[in-house]
Amino acid sequence: MKSRREFLKEAAASAVLLGAAEDLALAAASQAGKSKVVVARDASLHGAGTQPDEQRVLNLLDKAMAAYTGHDKPAAAWKSVIPPKVLAGGVIGLKVNGLGGRGISTHAVLILAVAERLQQVGVKPGNILVWDRGARDLAACGMTVNTDSSRMRCFGNDVAGYEDEPSSWGAAHVKLAKILTRECAMVINMPILKDHGMAGVTFAMKNMYGVVERPSDLHANRCNPGVADLNCIPVVRDKVRFTIGDAISSVYDGGPGFHPERLWYPNALVVGSDRVALDYTAWQMLDRQRAAVKMPSLEAVGHAPNYIATAADAAHRLGTCDPSRIHLVEA
Amino acid sequence: MVAMACMIAAVVAGAGCKKKAANPFPATNAVAGWEKAGDTRTFAAKDLWQYIDGEAEQYIKAGVVSTSTADYKFQGKIEATVDVYTMGGAAGARQILETGQTGDAKSLSLGDAGIAYAQSVSFRKGPYLVRVVAYDAAPGTQEALIALAHGVEAKL
Repeated sequence: MKSRREFLKEAAASAVLLGAAEDLALAAASQAGKSKVVVARDASLHGAGTQPDEQRVLNLLDKAMAAYTGHDKPAAAWKSVIPPKVLAGGVIGLKVNGLGGRGISTHAVLILAVAERLQQVGVKPGNILVWDRGARDLAACGMTVNTDSSRMRCFGNDVAGYEDEPSSWGAAHVKLAKILTRECAMVINMPILKDHGMAGVTFAMKNMYGVVERPSDLHANRCNPGVADLNCIPVVRDKVRFTIGDAISSVYDGGPGFHPERLWYPNALVVGSDRVALDYTAWQMLDRQRAAVKMPSLEAVGHAPNYIATAADAAHRLGTCDPSRIHLVEA
Repeated sequence: MVAMACMIAAVVAGAGCKKKAANPFPATNAVAGWEKAGDTRTFAAKDLWQYIDGEAEQYIKAGVVSTSTADYKFQGKIEATVDVYTMGGAAGARQILETGQTGDAKSLSLGDAGIAYAQSVSFRKGPYLVRVVAYDAAPGTQEALIALAHGVEAKL
């Protein structure tokens, strides 16, 4: 059994390797120094039913990955964002979000589509770990707990636990999930786009609240600088480098819980590596929808997600929220 | 989280006393077609974030004391959740109900005041604020939710 210190040392080392390798892909995905964010849409994603169509979601994922990487073939696209060292045997965590309950959680059909493509580029099923806070959150996503490594694994922090010693950055002093620190070589962030009564918007960066034992400790001042500080903790910053955001459905007000009267269907995936640019894009999407239903903007109701600018500032440098530095691709 | 099988402890702060409220969750088939699916979970105010994360703040500001929740299923098809927020007093329940209201809400004669949308019903009764939410839209959903809400209201 490795000591906690050994685990964290290894985690930091692998995170550095991961960062160096992925930077190549990130460089390819950026254009003239801009952060690339892809918003891929399919207006017919739900077909005739209330649930998204499985094949259309897979097709939409392929379209998003192609637009992001420039590779039309899914295998080439995925290989360009997963470092060879991870492909060769590292565990890839899919950090989903089931906090809002069954009506507004990362869709299982999307999770399974990502898992399918990962397996097609050689990732062993047992090296894919779908993960959130606990079994209830995973069930809300439509997933079932499985710890058998002969199949794709799926379990929460309630099974794996948290580190005994807190990690710190700025105002964040948190006990991190062992799934992040010990299990995963890389995490693909899979949040769902939602309004958030405190933070304003919950998407890429806010989804990391699910990797700490007491997220409520980071809620002060509308989660600012809590969200930014948490994402600056090295193991979070370095392992969580790619986001496939679920905007298949969303709540534009009253979130983060499920409010069917405020439900909306962007029928979109939002993909990128710059978590700040992703959250800025998500904010704009929410505000456009609010305007469409004649609601005031998040800023007008005092819910502007100020943590986004904090995450971009000189102290945090997690990415950019300057629209002139975001290469937004609508696919 | 304090998990309780069938009772919620209601602290009526305004009266400065504690009293046990009856279990507000209808048993299976107590309301025609509705099956209670699983245990009731109860969260003290300080732990409410574990259930509703960023929404907890508005309830805490309005004086929530505890929250209980249970899942239901209607005729094996429509899945729904019933949340019962026990506030410190009627003013808190009114504040939450009115804050969340939009123009397309249909008024209901339920408790002290109630509203319905296609997939959700909310009402207040004294210090209680109740939300009944369905996860899918299907024909007859609103009527079924209203029936379940009446079942809850009768037990408060």
